[in-house]
Amino acid sequence: MVAMAQATEEVSYLEAISQALDEEMARDERVFLMGEDVGTYGGAFKITEGFLQKYGEWRVLDTPLAESGFVGAAIGAAMMGLRPVVEMQFADFISCAFDQITEVAAKNHYRWGAAVPMVIRAPFGGGVHGGPFHSECPEGWFFHSPGLKLVAPSTPYDAKGLLKAAIRDPNPVIYFEHKFLYRRIKSALPKEDFVVPLGKADVKRVGNDISVITYGAMVHLALEAAQALTKEGIDLEVVDLRTLIPLDKETIYSSVRKTSKVILLHEDNKTGGIGAEIAALLAEDCFDCLDGPIVRIAPPDTPVPFSPPLEEFFLPKTSDIVSAARKLAAY
Amino acid sequence: MDVADIAKEIKRDDMLQMHHYLRLTRALEERITALYRQGRIVGGVYTSHGMEAIAVGYASALERDDVIAPYHRDMGAFLIRGFTTGEILAQYLGKRTGPTKGKDGNVHMGDLRRGVFGFVSHLADNLPVAAGAALAFKIRGESRVVFTGTGDGGSSRGDFHEAMNFAAVRKLPVVFFCTNNQYAYSTPLRLQMAISNVVDRAKAYGMPGEIVDGNDVAAVYLAAKRAIAIAREGEGPTFLEFKTMRMHGHSEHDPAKYVPRELLEDWKKKDPILKAERLLRELGYAEESYFQRVAERVKNEVETGVEFAEQSPLPEGPEMLEGVFADGADSY
Repeated sequence: MVAMAQATEEVSYLEAISQALDEEMARDERVFLMGEDVGTYGGAFKITEGFLQKYGEWRVLDTPLAESGFVGAAIGAAMMGLRPVVEMQFADFISCAFDQITEVAAKNHYRWGAAVPMVIRAPFGGGVHGGPFHSECPEGWFFHSPGLKLVAPSTPYDAKGLLKAAIRDPNPVIYFEHKFLYRRIKSALPKEDFVVPLGKADVKRVGNDISVITYGAMVHLALEAAQALTKEGIDLEVVDLRTLIPLDKETIYSSVRKTSKVILLHEDNKTGGIGAEIAALLAEDCFDCLDGPIVRIAPPDTPVPFSPPLEEFFLPKTSDIVSAARKLAAY
Repeated sequence: MDVADIAKEIKRDDMLQMHHYLRLTRALEERITALYRQGRIVGGVYTSHGMEAIAVGYASALERDDVIAPYHRDMGAFLIRGFTTGEILAQYLGKRTGPTKGKDGNVHMGDLRRGVFGFVSHLADNLPVAAGAALAFKIRGESRVVFTGTGDGGSSRGDFHEAMNFAAVRKLPVVFFCTNNQYAYSTPLRLQMAISNVVDRAKAYGMPGEIVDGNDVAAVYLAAKRAIAIAREGEGPTFLEFKTMRMHGHSEHDPAKYVPRELLEDWKKKDPILKAERLLRELGYAEESYFQRVAERVKNEVETGVEFAEQSPLPEGPEMLEGVFADGADSY
């Protein structure tokens, strides 16, 4: 009975994030939370529920509705030795704080040597009928801005381990947590403290024929496609980037050198996305080992639409990966 | 305020020291302007000519442990915080010995150990950051204060308002100021805002405000002292509007033909250094021979700086690759 209870004690992606915050706040009194509705209400998604009672109003701060103002405040507090974790309710709203993130946080250490150890949690992604202002994947905006680290976990284990690593990192880190995964993905987690180091990709499925390079919720789509293709004898390798900056080129290159074929899959718009950058890197550094065209699967260049059929058409599907893989296998 | 009151409220040594920094600021910036005109400084040069009393006054009112997130014409604050003329000139000349090692120019320098935040060109961006430093002091229960500000133009930005509101809501130990020098680059105040006093903006945040003669170093110092005391006692932020006039162009390349000459003539009579010297004479603290000695002393200090900066090496190209990411967090 006891053994069974332990085996079924699974933690959701959302709970993993909550645990990471709780454990880091307990471990290090410099860590504090800030954002809209993170206190009394416990956050729009209830990730910080109970934190206000546990840690008090000066470690869990409900802020005015002013993203630039509170991200700026987090920068100042970080420079003074605290470790702020800011919640961006929805990643879409990060545009309001774009200036503080790219001009102040990102450039601070380079310009005058003052580190900015802070984390911005950005709940991102579609599939939840949020419409154009609650479904965005804004990682591309920051991918282009030197001085920031970007993280995008796909599993509860990575979500917890990467958030802990982000909080302990001396740089500004944007932590893209996928809303679609919050309550849909569960797994058992180790009881002891662990971190997932920033800058290390993870091969979520070993395969020999085609590398699918992806991150976030799309990892699960790639795994589904891989499962579907086993019957056809097409063996996908699924590389989960986990960290977008610093990008783990070594893992990407070694996978592509093995399979010789590659699909780049992401939920952010296609033009100027992370897939475009990886395609360019592969063309520069792995041209000799490619046995087919580099394929990108990503939504078209439109805002994320609201109505279910429109959003469904917008988002990449398992079938997109399956048909692209078939073509590529036959190439 | 009459002379007898000032004599009671400001110590003689403090008055003399502020006068020294007024003179040093003027001498240093005049030298920087000359170097720029000779083509020896590249990039922009933004001076505090005619407005030296603001930074000198407020920075003198702060304690060593307090933090400054300066405005872009606050040279006096850097000097008071111990930036040497040599380091500052090295910064302007893009030398490795400047505070940013050549990564950034002019007043975009900072140093956490000396409690000065690096300036950001996006005006008012440092105001939320300053409020955040004050938040850290409040969370830790320290009695430290942050002083930060922007110009009349910068007070139109959202970050100005977001910072003021957040600081007021949380009663943070921060003092906000506006250097109202009547022009944001070429845009006059009347096209910047539909009110004539920037201080009115503070009312919307439930924040006390005060208009101060920005050309009077004693007035700036005393107003700053009052605001700092309020912040240190946990009573929250204050807003100070320093009325002044920008006597040079937006930067040294700008002849500022859009400013009426009569206006400049009027303000020339209110020069903060002459004003401070008049006050020192009336107080009986100093006379002409003293002022000459100070002028001589600051001239030497500036020339020593020029020598240091000119002899300093330029960084080498590949050094630009260093420092994008931090290896360890500074523990300030």
